[in-house]
Amino acid sequence: MLALKLAYRNLVGAGLRTWLNVFVLSFTYILIIWQYGMIDGWNYQAQIDMQDWEVGNGQYWQDNFDPYDFFSYEESHAAIPELLQKITSEGKVTPILISQGTIYPDGRLQSMILRGISPNQKVIAIPSSDLNIKSEEIPAIIGQRMANSCKLKQGDITTIRWRDANGTFDAKEVKIVKIFRCDVPMVDAGQMYISLENLQEMMQTPGEATMFVIGKNSAMNDSISGWKYKSREFLMKEMTELIKMKKVGGSVFYLILLLLAMLAIFDTQVLSIFRRQKEIGTYIAMGMTRKQVVGLFTVEGAMHAILAVIVGAAYGVPFLLWQMKVGMSMPAGSDNMGIPIAEKIFPVYGLGLIISTVLLILIITTIVSYLPAHKISKMKPTDAIKGKIQ
Amino acid sequence: MEQNSIISITNLVKRFPVGKGEFTALNGIDLTFNTGEFVGIVGPSGSGKTTLLNIIGSLDTATEGKAVVMGQSIDNLTIKSAARLRKKHLGFIFQTYNLLPVYSVYENIEFPLLLLSMNASERKKAVLDALDWVGLSDKIKSHPAQLSGGECQRVAVARAMVKRPEIVLADEPTANLDAANSHNILKMMLKLNKELNTTFIFATHDDKVIQYLRRKISLEDGKVVKDEIIKTNKEQ
Repeated sequence: MLALKLAYRNLVGAGLRTWLNVFVLSFTYILIIWQYGMIDGWNYQAQIDMQDWEVGNGQYWQDNFDPYDFFSYEESHAAIPELLQKITSEGKVTPILISQGTIYPDGRLQSMILRGISPNQKVIAIPSSDLNIKSEEIPAIIGQRMANSCKLKQGDITTIRWRDANGTFDAKEVKIVKIFRCDVPMVDAGQMYISLENLQEMMQTPGEATMFVIGKNSAMNDSISGWKYKSREFLMKEMTELIKMKKVGGSVFYLILLLLAMLAIFDTQVLSIFRRQKEIGTYIAMGMTRKQVVGLFTVEGAMHAILAVIVGAAYGVPFLLWQMKVGMSMPAGSDNMGIPIAEKIFPVYGLGLIISTVLLILIITTIVSYLPAHKISKMKPTDAIKGKIQ
Repeated sequence: MEQNSIISITNLVKRFPVGKGEFTALNGIDLTFNTGEFVGIVGPSGSGKTTLLNIIGSLDTATEGKAVVMGQSIDNLTIKSAARLRKKHLGFIFQTYNLLPVYSVYENIEFPLLLLSMNASERKKAVLDALDWVGLSDKIKSHPAQLSGGECQRVAVARAMVKRPEIVLADEPTANLDAANSHNILKMMLKLNKELNTTFIFATHDDKVIQYLRRKISLEDGKVVKDEIIKTNKEQ
């Protein structure tokens, strides 16, 4: 209690020196919380986007389907089983037929994946209702990335080529009826969406599909012969791994910030040992034990961290809340990084993040305050009183 | 030890390592100090005055011999009990005042009482009394940097006296003060010595201090060469 009282007096009495340290520490708190909040916000948005646009609440894959083996696509379709037909009509799942194809924008040649999707589905966020447009050409929708790479605009007509179920190549004209913006690159880059019926007809696979996406609010994992169930966790495994990697990268930044703040405290404490030797000698002459003096200096250091919480809360909470509201715009081109990034990222601050940051800084500040203070215990009080540098 | 003896020193030797050799700062000191004395240890620089004061104040230990302060042998004290002895029974006054720079005058004087865990109202009364003794009641909120040297030393005296210790150890208390301030401080200390019966022990070579002493112990090369009682005009 005495150490707390004296430490508080010493800190308040030290004026600007204290407040500078407190500001540096509070800045560290806020920066760490903000930076982790941004990563968490990014992760949260990325997961939501992936679920909305691609993964749903799990998928059923035709037994031969391997998303990483394009050559498997030709064999990866089968008639829609009765159970899936039934729940498709209830709007709980949506079938997708997948084929490899080639697009010829402006006479150039580019590989792509053709996806047949029901224009009336509401299971994933692809704006498939635009495929209902009546047109001489096959109506097709593509994402912004695909449009950029093929230099296509809405209303453009281009040729596509594919191979049907019998291995015969065929080609037709498609009309780009919609270019959508999506934060999930896998949904957009190198993908073209046409109506399921059109693709089934083009591939001569009526009533067949390659996969089913289960709606976000539907739950099922029934075993269906010829189809493999893939859980949402499995489908988002890569994304989860990526998040972990991002967290590791973030931790490096976290560590650097922490080191800088600790350096400031350590520096202050070491300087204090030299500048305040006479004071330390006086404490001892007046009846404090060396242990009490070490305790006083350690508490002083730790109090920086506590004051920093208060100061940080004063300017940091409004800043963090404002960021949560307005988000941060991501630079142009960041959506080509291959991972889902929204145009704006809204940070998410968990209570755990705030408490762990405060505790971690408090503990480390206490340790770096203790270390130089411990040196005091080796100082001769008679020399300390005179302020002799040792 | 005499009945009113407060400090007893027997054959005290203190050696310091200097290079490969040793320097003998105190060489077989035998002394006794009684309650209420106003005594000075005088001598040139290096005669061992401060070393003797430090040992009495339990800030240092002797190489040989024995120093008993308030019935406690300094050599046998643990760090904790030495601190307790200083906290309860000893007051220190230093040449360079050693005030805590970030504290106000009030807080500096209050500090020893905080260590004694005295309650707030008792503390306040004691601090105001001490301020009154040294005539600094109007500087209560000032900080050491805002005070003159004489005022700083008066705060240091108040800080040493506020807990009403049995012994006050003053190491060259007037060395940084002008003549007028020195006399003021010494008169004040003499008054407190009489009113509170506190034992004052000075380490000094300042003539201004010497003329106020009631007992003068002369030290040369770590030995007591003279121990004399000085009678005031009234006593003579």
